[in-house]
Amino acid sequence: MSTIELAGVTKAWGGTVAVDDVSFTVEEGSFVVLLGPSGCGKSTTLRMIAGLETVSAGRVLIAGRDVTDSPPSERNISMVFQSYALFPHLDVAENIVFGLRVRKTPAAERAKRLARVAETVGLSELLGRKAAQLSGGQRQRVALARAIIAENPICLMDEPLSNLDAKLRHDMRGEIRGLQQRLGMTVVYVTHDQSEAMSMADKVILLRDGRVVQAGAPDQLYERPANVFTAGFIGTPPMNLLDLADGPEGAVIVGADGRPVLDGAGEGLKLGIRPEHIEMSDAGGLAAELVWSDYLGADTIVTARIGTQTLMVRVPGRHGTARGTRASLVWAPEAVHVFEAGSGRRVDDRQAIAMAA
Amino acid sequence: MSFARSNQVHIYGWLLLMPAAIFLIAFTYYPTVATLAHSFFSDGTALRPSVFVGLENYKLMLEDEVFWKVARNNFWFALGTIPVSVALALLMAVWVNGRLPARGLVRMAYFTPTVLPMIAVANIWLFFYTPDIGLVDQVLGMFGAPGHNWLGDPDTVLGCLIVMTVWKESGFFMIFYLAALQSLPPELEEAAKLEGAGRWYFFRRVTFPLLMPTTLFVLINAVINSFKLVDHLFILTKGGPDNASNLLLYYIYEVAFSFFDEAYAATLTVVLLAVLAVIAIGQFVILDKRIHYR
Repeated sequence: MSTIELAGVTKAWGGTVAVDDVSFTVEEGSFVVLLGPSGCGKSTTLRMIAGLETVSAGRVLIAGRDVTDSPPSERNISMVFQSYALFPHLDVAENIVFGLRVRKTPAAERAKRLARVAETVGLSELLGRKAAQLSGGQRQRVALARAIIAENPICLMDEPLSNLDAKLRHDMRGEIRGLQQRLGMTVVYVTHDQSEAMSMADKVILLRDGRVVQAGAPDQLYERPANVFTAGFIGTPPMNLLDLADGPEGAVIVGADGRPVLDGAGEGLKLGIRPEHIEMSDAGGLAAELVWSDYLGADTIVTARIGTQTLMVRVPGRHGTARGTRASLVWAPEAVHVFEAGSGRRVDDRQAIAMAA
Repeated sequence: MSFARSNQVHIYGWLLLMPAAIFLIAFTYYPTVATLAHSFFSDGTALRPSVFVGLENYKLMLEDEVFWKVARNNFWFALGTIPVSVALALLMAVWVNGRLPARGLVRMAYFTPTVLPMIAVANIWLFFYTPDIGLVDQVLGMFGAPGHNWLGDPDTVLGCLIVMTVWKESGFFMIFYLAALQSLPPELEEAAKLEGAGRWYFFRRVTFPLLMPTTLFVLINAVINSFKLVDHLFILTKGGPDNASNLLLYYIYEVAFSFFDEAYAATLTVVLLAVLAVIAIGQFVILDKRIHYR
């Protein structure tokens, strides 16, 4: 059963359309990430689910009920804001039970739930502190606690980790995911960080310019990107996209040594290959010139040039590169993706040519 | 070397402070101290030089019926203007902070009384309060009420002043509340909305506590303003009839420049300063503990 359903949801301010005919469903108990670059309409979409923004067209259904015109408080949802939205003059305990007080939950029940939630998010020691006296990570926990104490089945999160430092962000990812699974919550989570999306989501909905580009499990988006945008957005570093041209024995990479990489014509197509699927061999591959290398510890990202086009190669361990070094690049035919250059759509009926190693 | 150097730094520091310090000393601290000193001396004339009289002037003051009347007037005036103008200011600020058509125009309309010169304002209100032909009597006349000399009647004159002062002050205080309201992050209201908090509940639990620093500032200003009103009185009543609308500062002015009793004026000034200081300190001490500063 799907808990949240968006059907043709559109948001327009005057002439500008922020969210354009977006439809998707969120299954009960699942962790769904709305992913996209800034300005793609992901936060607006979330705010429409919350009821903080009116819907210009389309319907929003929660638990099968049409809530398009319902106020936020009637949707049985909690929300974690990017800025946390804590009440700075109230202490941690009062911040967490704010909603319970609004709904006049009896004091004994309130205290019991507060103790349990504080324990869950590790705030028991800090209940008497003012929200303004907390560190970023602690504020984040208070915001989470306030969201889960209501025991609403749905929790919306708007870039909740973007104000934390890298280390803390990584720890909180695991905690939020763990919390969601333990409590069986349905979470809709907004982020522009694709690694956050990949590591946390059951389902990723990739948005661009207010439209859904692709929706699916993280591995689907990674392994079978439906278009050039997904290919270039998912993965660090993202997929290499190389322009192809016609050649005598098949499609060739523009500016390369004329070696065929794909059966048939190449004009108007792009070849996609992930940096981690390229290997450097001594000979027999595609001739390239190495330009730069970024050493990351476990591996090195080497930037190479084929003719006028650059691509990145992930090499395990350390790889020192002198500028201008010649190299030979090899990849397996099944690692190759093909896209139409004009529409950016994925093409599935083309066969990559194996490279003789 | 380092001694000379640090001396040089000190000289720079003092030079930078000097312009402000000179003005503060010349126009604030010296007059305060001189006034305090003056209040312990008799008023000197060419024939009788001023002599030290101790607390004689203060004794005189306690026996002065006009002083007590003026002090009582000022108390009622403060009580009548401060709570009403602050409450109105908050109400107007919350209202014009929301979404409403022609918001800029409404904000400007509320602020206009503050911008107008006091003398012009007093003249306008003089017309309003004029018996029979003034605006107030004209409007009341439509309901059959007889004409009334609002500013000539000792029972109504103070009330007239209070109404006018509230009209003048609340727009000014509104600006401070409006600025404070706009500095509150909008997510707070959204978070409260999600929890189902109504507008009044949100105002009581969140907005009002977060506005407390502004409220303290506005309160102190309101108190000081209520004790320093002079210009209206010049135009409207000159303190009359029979001192029914006379306030402390205007009385001091009268004593000093109409009756030329400088020593007694100095005594009254000291009392005024002391009252203001006590009230301001009291407000800080009592309210500061309950205020959340960001």
